[in-house]
Amino acid sequence: MEILVCVKRVPDTAENEIEINSDGTDIDRDDLVYSVNEWDNYAVEEAIQIRDKVGGTVTVVTVGDDESEEVLRREMAMGADKGILLSDGAFEGSDGFGIASILKAAAGKGNYDLILTGAQADDGAAQIGGMLAAMLDRPYASLVNSIEVVDDKTMKIGREIEGGNQEMSEIQMPCVLSIQTGINEPRYVGIRGIRKVASVDIPVHGAADLAVDASAAGSAGAKVKRLDYFVPELGEGAEMLEGGMEEKIDKLVELLKAKGGLK
Amino acid sequence: MEITLTPPAKTFFALIPASVIYSLIPIIGISIFIYMMVIRLRPLQKAAPDVRFNNMRDRMYQLIKIWLLQYRQPRYMLAGVLHILLFAGFLVLGLRSLELIFVGIIPNFVLPGLGGAAGKIYGFLRSYAATWVLMVALIAMVRRGICKPARYEVPEKYGKSHTGEAVFVLFMICILVISESIFEASLAAAQTQNNLHAHFLPPVTLPWFFKAWMANASMPTLEWLHGLSYFMHEVTFFTFLCFLPLGKHFHVVTSLFNVMFMRLERGGVKPVKHGISDEKLDDLESFGVKKIEDFTWKHILDFYSCADCGRCSDNCPANAAGRPLSPRFISIKGRDVIFKKYPLLGKSSGNGGQPLIGKTYEEDEIWSCTTCGACEQECPLGIEYIDKIVDLRRGMVDEGLVPQSLQKPLRALEKRGNPWGKLEKKRIEWTKDLDEQIEIKELGKKAGAKTLFFVDSITSYDDRMQSIARSTAKLLNHYGADFGILGKAEKDSGHEVRRFGEEMLFQDLRDQNTEAILASGASCIVTSDPHTYNALKNDYSGLPKVEHISQFLMHQLRAGALDLKPVEDAAKVYAYHDPCYLGRHNAVYDDPRNVLDAIPDLKRVDMMRSRDRSFCCGGGGLMLFYEPEEEQRMGVLRVKMAAEAGANVIVTACPFCLVNMEDAIKVAGLEGQMEAIDLAELVAAHIK
Repeated sequence: MEILVCVKRVPDTAENEIEINSDGTDIDRDDLVYSVNEWDNYAVEEAIQIRDKVGGTVTVVTVGDDESEEVLRREMAMGADKGILLSDGAFEGSDGFGIASILKAAAGKGNYDLILTGAQADDGAAQIGGMLAAMLDRPYASLVNSIEVVDDKTMKIGREIEGGNQEMSEIQMPCVLSIQTGINEPRYVGIRGIRKVASVDIPVHGAADLAVDASAAGSAGAKVKRLDYFVPELGEGAEMLEGGMEEKIDKLVELLKAKGGLK
Repeated sequence: MEITLTPPAKTFFALIPASVIYSLIPIIGISIFIYMMVIRLRPLQKAAPDVRFNNMRDRMYQLIKIWLLQYRQPRYMLAGVLHILLFAGFLVLGLRSLELIFVGIIPNFVLPGLGGAAGKIYGFLRSYAATWVLMVALIAMVRRGICKPARYEVPEKYGKSHTGEAVFVLFMICILVISESIFEASLAAAQTQNNLHAHFLPPVTLPWFFKAWMANASMPTLEWLHGLSYFMHEVTFFTFLCFLPLGKHFHVVTSLFNVMFMRLERGGVKPVKHGISDEKLDDLESFGVKKIEDFTWKHILDFYSCADCGRCSDNCPANAAGRPLSPRFISIKGRDVIFKKYPLLGKSSGNGGQPLIGKTYEEDEIWSCTTCGACEQECPLGIEYIDKIVDLRRGMVDEGLVPQSLQKPLRALEKRGNPWGKLEKKRIEWTKDLDEQIEIKELGKKAGAKTLFFVDSITSYDDRMQSIARSTAKLLNHYGADFGILGKAEKDSGHEVRRFGEEMLFQDLRDQNTEAILASGASCIVTSDPHTYNALKNDYSGLPKVEHISQFLMHQLRAGALDLKPVEDAAKVYAYHDPCYLGRHNAVYDDPRNVLDAIPDLKRVDMMRSRDRSFCCGGGGLMLFYEPEEEQRMGVLRVKMAAEAGANVIVTACPFCLVNMEDAIKVAGLEGQMEAIDLAELVAAHIK
């Protein structure tokens, strides 16, 4: 089975202290460390597991700058067979539709039975999977938390429904799925694994290679534009506890007791 | 010597001269034994290399102390004394057994050198040895079969009890000493009956009793007993010899080598592969132990040598806390894999390329170890566990089998140099609340100092542990040390990164720190964290001298500079908890105690488990992130031990111990009755 997994390089929310920059248009990116979007890791792990069961190849693809190569290598160290970097100055400032258009073009260059995306990105809008499926005119399922390959044309997939319910569906391939965390336990990628793939060639495709129209991608084509970015003002009723860890805990326990949350 | 009974060599089995049979028995026995040894040696030849033929002088010293003198045995008094007696008996009677082999071939054979006075002394000694060996074997049988100490129990998941095997071997030992004694006593009885000069049997020994018992036996009876006892002895002896390589009694053969080749240096971890330099590691196809032959030959010898005594597991804190780890079964299961894969008869049963993890060992079993070293400290045979655990973890890391709870901190260590992913520039935040008179220099191009205070991650970032950093700085300042820190150039020492099997990440951290430390120009390093101390001292190389803060304080004490205020609260009783990486791994036991005792009016008690039998608090570094399956926390057990000792303050000398103790005090519901404090904090609070 030929599987394409779309991944994204994001500022790691666990390892950064996110602050807004002085113009208020974005976060302060000076002191950030980046990693693979968490959901994408699960998608790649799932793709690897499917490939190990039924054979085929796993290709990881990302839209980004040179530095995004790092996340492709990490996913290749996990076990993906190929990486493709989609990078071009013309892609900068793309909105969701633009990113989906670029990915659609890349997907069109291969013969993929299955395309996976993360359900959403740390800094994203959970929109790529659905748009990509529509652009490719393929069936789509979101928030997938289990996959079972039935035969070369069919898969049985599980989806988590709000309220803790589970839905099982059958889906025809080729298709697009967005993957929820918890579908598997992504394997660890050590320094050694990354070094092993350090010299593997990763092809870079630009706008011309992909024949992406400038009106679809890039800031020129973006129909959704960010106007503002800020940490919301503290509203009434929200109370920040002050003091050391012990004090905070004591105050929290007191509050919970006062409101009947603890007996 | 006058002859009254026919020597075995001159008797007949039907028409066959007995000397023929008595030549065949050893030939067959020894052939089978050699065949078994060849098979048993095969996995050692296929195993990973190891460096064990170095420091032969130290190895001989260990051999005399731990093997010959059985130095570690009396740590379990009853079992230890019994073993020492049995072992001594074996050494004494081994010579006689050798002599007896030839007695069946050459009439009245005497080993060269044992003809005269030496032989008389030896005869005297061996009669007593046979006697005490029989008594010990009987007591041991009762212990194993009836008293059944809990240590020997085999939990269901690990297979069947080994009691049958143990009792059978003890039974054979009884037969050996009884038959040898009857052989000797029957001759002496015959000599006495014939008014010949009977050879002397020392009083109140086994042969002496048998001789008294046979005093009135007829000559044919004596003749029959003499022949039969010899036959029994020979058959039992070679059965015993060939039984040894089948199970836990293989240690009788391997212990000498295992102790001789046991690890000499403490604290460190074995390299990924002996003979492969760090630069060449990238070329290795696989890392760590994945299949049985990935262990080094010494580690396979360990598996053979395990006597299944259970001392390791009895001292293992993970086992005590109900984690799925019992070091004893790391050995027993490893041995079973080898026995199956390299069978004495028939074809190898399957598990050729099968991985150990998931089949023989469980992932959680291997992650459960805190590398505290209690098992290795206890093992009377010098079996190693930490290197095996680390090697298995290296294999798991290489395969990506790392629990999610550990992946996050490992990634953060890679990206930010600390397991929480906190910003590098916040490494110096602990200095903010420091006394203004204390100047903290950030060493590097602009500033230099003689002493480098290596703070390490937890002490730099954790709100509570920052107090240890401040106390240490206060002490260094008060006692006039010219010191500084690396600031944001400092990375985690990587101590647990290495012990959790992520060798390459450890090496990255090590290289960055080494560069920063050397660039600082400091000529000595002080740290308040034993894990850091151990890493810099035993995992790194080419650094200036490293000291733990307790050692720094000890210098002040020796110089008479340690002037401390008396303890104010007379109700406080202090117990010092030995951190594993200060105590067991680096033998720093007395300095912290001496420093504590230098605080006037301080009442100090020792816990039952202290010094090299200290009980791990739950582990440090990445172990704080790991979510083990366990029935209770190690720290809770430890806090209760302190309460039992009559203490109400636990003094630690390690930030991880402090985290675990403070948590445990809360979990155990001992808040208000017990507190924990770091040595540096306590001493800093008593500066005049």
